[in-house]
Amino acid sequence: MKRSFSSFMTRQDMVGFAILAVVIFVLLPISLDTFRLNLFGKYLTYAFVAIGLVLCWGAGGILSLGQGVFFGLGGYCMAMFLKLEASTPENTSIQSTPGIPDFMDWNQLTALPAWWEPFHSLAFALFAVVAVPVFFAFIIGVAMFRRRVGGVYFAIITQAFAAILTILIIGQQGYTGGVNGITDLRTLKGWDIRTDEAKEILYYVNGVMLFVVLFAAQFIRKSKLGRLLIAMRDQEDRVRFSGYDVAAFKIFVFCAGAAFAGIGGAMFTLQVGFMSPTLVGIVPSIEMVIFCAVGGRISILGAVYGALLVNWAKTTFSESFPELWLLGLGALFIAVVMVFPNGLAGVYSEHVAPRINRLFNKSAADMAGAKTPAE
Amino acid sequence: MFSDYSMGELGAIFAMQGFAGLILFSVFVLMALGLAIIFGQMGVINMAHGEFMILGAYVTYLTSNFFSAYIPALFGMYFFVAMALAFLASGALGLFVEWAMIRHLYKRPLDTLLATWGLSLILQQIYRSVFGAREVGVTIPDWMIGSLPVTDMIEVPINGIFVMVLAVGISMAVYYMMFRSVWGRQVRAINQNRVMAGAVGINTEWTDRLTFGIGCGVAGVAGSAFTMIGSTGPTAGQLYIVDTFLVVVFGGAASLLGTIASAFSISQAQSIMEFFLSGSMAKVLTLLTVVGILMLRPQGLFALKLRK
Amino acid sequence: MSDKSKSITNTQVSRRAVLAGGAALTASLFAPKHLRAADFPTEAVNTTGLAVTDDTVTIGILHSVTGTMAISETGSVQAEKLAIEQINAQGGILGRKIEYIQEDGASDWPTFAEKAKKLLVNDKVASVMGCWTSASRKAVLPVFEQYNGFLYYPTFYEGLEESPNVIYTGQEATQQIIAGLDWVAKEKGAKSFYLLGSDYIWPRTSNKIARKHIENFLDGAKVVGEEYYPLGHTQFNSVINKIRLKKPDVIYAIVVGGSNVAFYKQLKAAGIDMTKESPIVLTISVTEDEIRGIGGENIEGAYACMKYFQSLENENNAAFVSAFKEMWGDDMVIGDVTQAAYLGPWLWKAAVEKAGSFDVDKVRAATPGIELTSAPEGYVKVHENHHLWSKTRVGKAKLDGQYEVVFETADLVEPDPFPEGYQ
Repeated sequence: MKRSFSSFMTRQDMVGFAILAVVIFVLLPISLDTFRLNLFGKYLTYAFVAIGLVLCWGAGGILSLGQGVFFGLGGYCMAMFLKLEASTPENTSIQSTPGIPDFMDWNQLTALPAWWEPFHSLAFALFAVVAVPVFFAFIIGVAMFRRRVGGVYFAIITQAFAAILTILIIGQQGYTGGVNGITDLRTLKGWDIRTDEAKEILYYVNGVMLFVVLFAAQFIRKSKLGRLLIAMRDQEDRVRFSGYDVAAFKIFVFCAGAAFAGIGGAMFTLQVGFMSPTLVGIVPSIEMVIFCAVGGRISILGAVYGALLVNWAKTTFSESFPELWLLGLGALFIAVVMVFPNGLAGVYSEHVAPRINRLFNKSAADMAGAKTPAE
Repeated sequence: MFSDYSMGELGAIFAMQGFAGLILFSVFVLMALGLAIIFGQMGVINMAHGEFMILGAYVTYLTSNFFSAYIPALFGMYFFVAMALAFLASGALGLFVEWAMIRHLYKRPLDTLLATWGLSLILQQIYRSVFGAREVGVTIPDWMIGSLPVTDMIEVPINGIFVMVLAVGISMAVYYMMFRSVWGRQVRAINQNRVMAGAVGINTEWTDRLTFGIGCGVAGVAGSAFTMIGSTGPTAGQLYIVDTFLVVVFGGAASLLGTIASAFSISQAQSIMEFFLSGSMAKVLTLLTVVGILMLRPQGLFALKLRK
Repeated sequence: MSDKSKSITNTQVSRRAVLAGGAALTASLFAPKHLRAADFPTEAVNTTGLAVTDDTVTIGILHSVTGTMAISETGSVQAEKLAIEQINAQGGILGRKIEYIQEDGASDWPTFAEKAKKLLVNDKVASVMGCWTSASRKAVLPVFEQYNGFLYYPTFYEGLEESPNVIYTGQEATQQIIAGLDWVAKEKGAKSFYLLGSDYIWPRTSNKIARKHIENFLDGAKVVGEEYYPLGHTQFNSVINKIRLKKPDVIYAIVVGGSNVAFYKQLKAAGIDMTKESPIVLTISVTEDEIRGIGGENIEGAYACMKYFQSLENENNAAFVSAFKEMWGDDMVIGDVTQAAYLGPWLWKAAVEKAGSFDVDKVRAATPGIELTSAPEGYVKVHENHHLWSKTRVGKAKLDGQYEVVFETADLVEPDPFPEGYQ
């Protein structure tokens, strides 16, 4: 089947992608010092999750409150590789068992557990970054969607998964680093990831990965699958009666979201230099949903801007009024639900885009297609 | 592991452990009832549930301070006043929240989840600004502290009995309201067919608001009772969230009986596992079992309908 | 960005508070020779581009004021601000007033790392007072080592660390644990111990050390149970039943945070009266701060083992307590960590003055051997390994929420973050 490019991307989409590319690859690097740029790199890793949520929630109507699980799994896979590389026998000579990660030594492990072994290989670790989250998403997805669990139930059960994984990671500290997480990561194949140049390079790698994910998401949305998802969100039964396997589509999109989150987690580990259970739990999982909601749950580009905006606001706000930023965050949650249900994307398509269109004298017909209701 | 103990000791321990399970059961029932009313009858997920509970706890704290400062003679009885006030305070806040926020979102249940999460953040910060970041110590009347010795080995904590009595009392009150009162009839009518209920003259808006208010009020009473066994701080409410939701979902929405049955089975499972395993693993296994069963039987224990 | 640097000179502290606290400290620290900034030209005392001007020096305060850890960290922030205030009232350091930039770690470890980097890279602070949990310290540690910052860390913790960029003003695990166990075995004849903790690294490591010590060094003593509950756990009836079954002489409890409150309330409700000392409750995680949440009536009779109690009787402590209350309110209580946090700025001042420079490398070189005779806990001295020599004390909890000191080690206990035979 041959598809024309324009069905994959309208001219408007292309402009949107181009603007985002300029922002990420030109505007931010010019205007920020390395420290701030690294911060924005960290924010962008949350955008991976938010894009996945746009597919699951905005398009598919599946709200997962456990995306932190997938983000964390991806991040931990990466961290395990980096930790093994940092734990050479020379670096860890003061330990009673040199050559294993420091936290294992503190917990009286005398050998590397078997399931850590494969993470000596970068190729395996990179594979696991995607495969492990997808595997878990698949199991959860099959169990839930085959039985037609959805809506609020799905949200709460995924939330329980976030709680379970957090308790497990913290409790099994000999194998996972416990509440401290896996810290003090240094090099990637001998390349020091802590230097300023490394941070800048990682920022660009992160940006490129983000665009890969964005294109994948765009492809899914514009394919028949994407249209079916929206149809399912609005009238699930009709889609089912038309002969489609609704559960299979849901499982696929949930797995895709998990894969994106896993990649984001790995990029987080690389840029921040550690991974800890605080990124897995309930609170970060819900915050990731809000990034998506602020951007506009229907727009993948909006999700990126949402993640940037909320995190930037959080950092700025907590620098200026450290004791009040929760109020602002809470108000933002409520506002985005009650006043701007379509988030930034909604504001854009309702207020900004028409003006631009008028400016360029374009037909308003294009716009009607881009506009989508909230739920 | 039991070879070192006599039968008598073992019997006593199992009796006490059974009692511990019952206390946990009562705690779960108190936590979940308010949420079950709101979620079961209105389909609204209230993520700020824990914060409504903590409001009740802070009201209790203030009441105890007031009594010890102005009417120390009646200090022993303040707890009942505190619970009533907690119900009113949390209920009033609930009414307000319904009016200001929830009623605009009935058609979007997932959005209420986000909005109420935002509300919980705001409430936490307000508690922190008003009462300080530290936990406050709530003084419990003397008669509620300590335990009743049944035999040499078996001792029954008084606050445990209190929580159990309260759980039974509130469950009965909720049951009565739901199935005997006019309000309950209206709630159930609306739940079955909102349009029709409105058509026969039920004020659906007001009933919704009252339902939300009562659910929050019950949470406030629960929070008030928990000052006896837990901590009272700005973020203490979050400790209860996952357990509470699981109890309600596991029980099956729209079924108060289901909520109680689910609270019973989860609490007993956890209590038994805690006895044989270390605490953390017991918790993980309990959660996993619950989630596992929910995967096999997503409609929960007692379900009327689900299928979305 | 908007730096929230704040001049100390115009805050609300009364002169009396400062004098009260300052008098005892100056009396013993350094004879009141007034160091003038003119004697220490900026380009000489600051060769690495830190935030030092001709009359100010900027440091960072990095604690959680929001999130779950805010409960614990508030006291540390208050103590650090008090110390800064008092130092400024004495003329500052090398004639320069201390200004501070406070950042919120928000109980979130990546945020701690982010803020630490901001303080070091953007604000170029000369040192940082901060962190509370081990997890937050582990998160910021690579940042401090990479950018050569200097951190004063106040919490008693599990040890197993010795960074050139951190001064640990609290006790490491062996300092805190061993003396207490010896005391309870000798004074109370305790033979069997039930170890209990919240499930994370500090309680687990501490219990590991406790177990080794009990089994290898206490005659005939044994551990009859060891158990961990998730952070935030609120139901302890099952473990209380297990304790009843095992009938240990000592419940060794390292429960933290909100769980603490639940644990002691339920222990009391289950009829275990701590004042009867059967079993004895010995904890290393409950300071006066925590008792406020637990309620004195619920923990009366329990023993705590740490280096500082508010009720400690000496001149330094009297001055410190009254200054602290003057600044932050009469109803304040001061726990072990709060006192350790208070030492941070003073230790830094002493090291800077000894080095005659703010440069981190010179301050580090000057740090070992620094003594504070003015410390509220009495006298402390910095060890080569960046921990403090300090006495360990056992206190008995009273109804009013204070501890009565019932034992203190005769000598300073040497810090030993990597204890041989305990790993």
